[in-house]
Amino acid sequence: MSLAYYPGCTLKTRARNLEEPAVASMEALGLKLDEIPRWNCCGAVYSLADDDLIHRVAPIRNLIRVKKQGKMELVTLCAFCLNTLKRANLLMKEDVEKRDTLNTFIDEGIAYSGEVKVVHLLEVLRDEIGWEALAQKVKFSLRELKVAPYYGCTLLRPREVAIDNVEAPSILREFLKAIGATPVDFAESTRCCGSYQIISNPDDISEYARDILNSALSHGAEALVLTCPLCDYNLGQGQKELMKKHNEFRELSLFYFTQLLALALGLDPQICHFELNYGNPESLLREKGLLS
Amino acid sequence: MSIKAEKKKPAETAVKEKEQVAAKLIPIYIMGKRYEVPEGLTIMKAMEYAGYVLIRGCGCRGGTCGACGTVYRKPGDYKLQVALACQKTVEPDMYIAQIPFFPVNRALYDFSKLTAAPEEVFKLYPELFRCVACNSCTKACPQGIEVMDAISALKQGNIAEAARLSFDCIQCGLCTSRCFGELAQYHMFQLARRIYGAKIVPRAEHLTEMVKAVDEGRYDRFLEDLKQTKEDDLKKMYQEREVEPMAAGEDWKPKDTTYL
Repeated sequence: MSLAYYPGCTLKTRARNLEEPAVASMEALGLKLDEIPRWNCCGAVYSLADDDLIHRVAPIRNLIRVKKQGKMELVTLCAFCLNTLKRANLLMKEDVEKRDTLNTFIDEGIAYSGEVKVVHLLEVLRDEIGWEALAQKVKFSLRELKVAPYYGCTLLRPREVAIDNVEAPSILREFLKAIGATPVDFAESTRCCGSYQIISNPDDISEYARDILNSALSHGAEALVLTCPLCDYNLGQGQKELMKKHNEFRELSLFYFTQLLALALGLDPQICHFELNYGNPESLLREKGLLS
Repeated sequence: MSIKAEKKKPAETAVKEKEQVAAKLIPIYIMGKRYEVPEGLTIMKAMEYAGYVLIRGCGCRGGTCGACGTVYRKPGDYKLQVALACQKTVEPDMYIAQIPFFPVNRALYDFSKLTAAPEEVFKLYPELFRCVACNSCTKACPQGIEVMDAISALKQGNIAEAARLSFDCIQCGLCTSRCFGELAQYHMFQLARRIYGAKIVPRAEHLTEMVKAVDEGRYDRFLEDLKQTKEDDLKKMYQEREVEPMAAGEDWKPKDTTYL
């Protein structure tokens, strides 16, 4: 069986360490990620301006092309792509007038009204495979690795597109338990990493990262697990700044959830591209005896 | 009219009739002004027929140089149509304007210092990320290129795919004239094709080896022999040469391997 899969531009360039372990893991789990042909940018961010329909065109064109290819469900890995696609899809379901305007402008030859279901890979693991079934496939338990689940914003906000309970999410915690790691709860797990604010205010990057990283560290975490390349960049670069400014700042390894999945399934660590990660994950894994 | 009948007529009348047959005139509008031009002319020839002297916006007249990008509309159809003026024949009531040149900045770079990394394109043409996937570029391409898909490929760091998709680009610039995000599509594609050709496609090692062998003089002796051969013998050799069969496999070799 295979799933229609939308990678997103960043996963093909900077964040290959998010994509490649996911593709290999899902193949190992018997649910192949089948990259859709002819996809374009997801829109990068969901514009909040009321009359900014042109910025809905990119996500909706993707969904229309998926429908044209006869697929009714689309899997994403990047939390930001999920958010942008899902919110644009919601608009097509709910706002008839804007739907008509967009369908006419996009001009792909078919009418679209939000029929494609957009899901995140974590939802596939939870709802289609199931935590217990996943746990049984684990060949290499990540026990003793203390990992704090970091959700950021886009998996959970706004409520209409959340993949889990908005106030008290547990999907990453359950995922970590299933692959044998030790989840470390911390209050800042849903706090914003700074998102695209960093572009206009680059100096704020360490301010955003400080509270999140400090909180995770104070709860005993050795690593953060992420789903979003933008969170990864902001927290990773923010951490570098903090270490420059404060000698005593302890470094935290940043992982994508798909890297931990691939490790737990016993796949070749080469596909995880740890060299692209922030915070020296390889030395942590070696220290824990999880990497030779 | 039969050939026989034509032969009987005086030469002058025949010419006149011929002209009348060929000269069915149709109305077209060049930059809003109505002209009657002979059916069957290309847009470019029709403009010349109407009195325009083209010193720009015309080049090869063969559909490959990209100098004569043209837009037109037909009454009752809101869709903008595109064409190359040297290729498209006129149709009644076309409203025509040429866009032979469209201003766009071309990045300057030292090609020998570029790598095949996606970021090279991002740095030279950062406006790439202004694309909103409106697809107007694709609709404006007289070559039928999936322009927006090629732009998406560049965003995704897939230079090889962008080069493949844009292979037929003649750089007429109509995509650029229609771009909401103000991208320089055709310059980006040229960069992609350059990088692909020079830095992504594997080098043909056997070619390098062969050039080296030629330089070292391995074939000088054979060439010298050929020069000394009489013309009749050369012809005979040519006619009797062993030709590689159409369906020859990779491992095919001629019977005479003296020259290998």
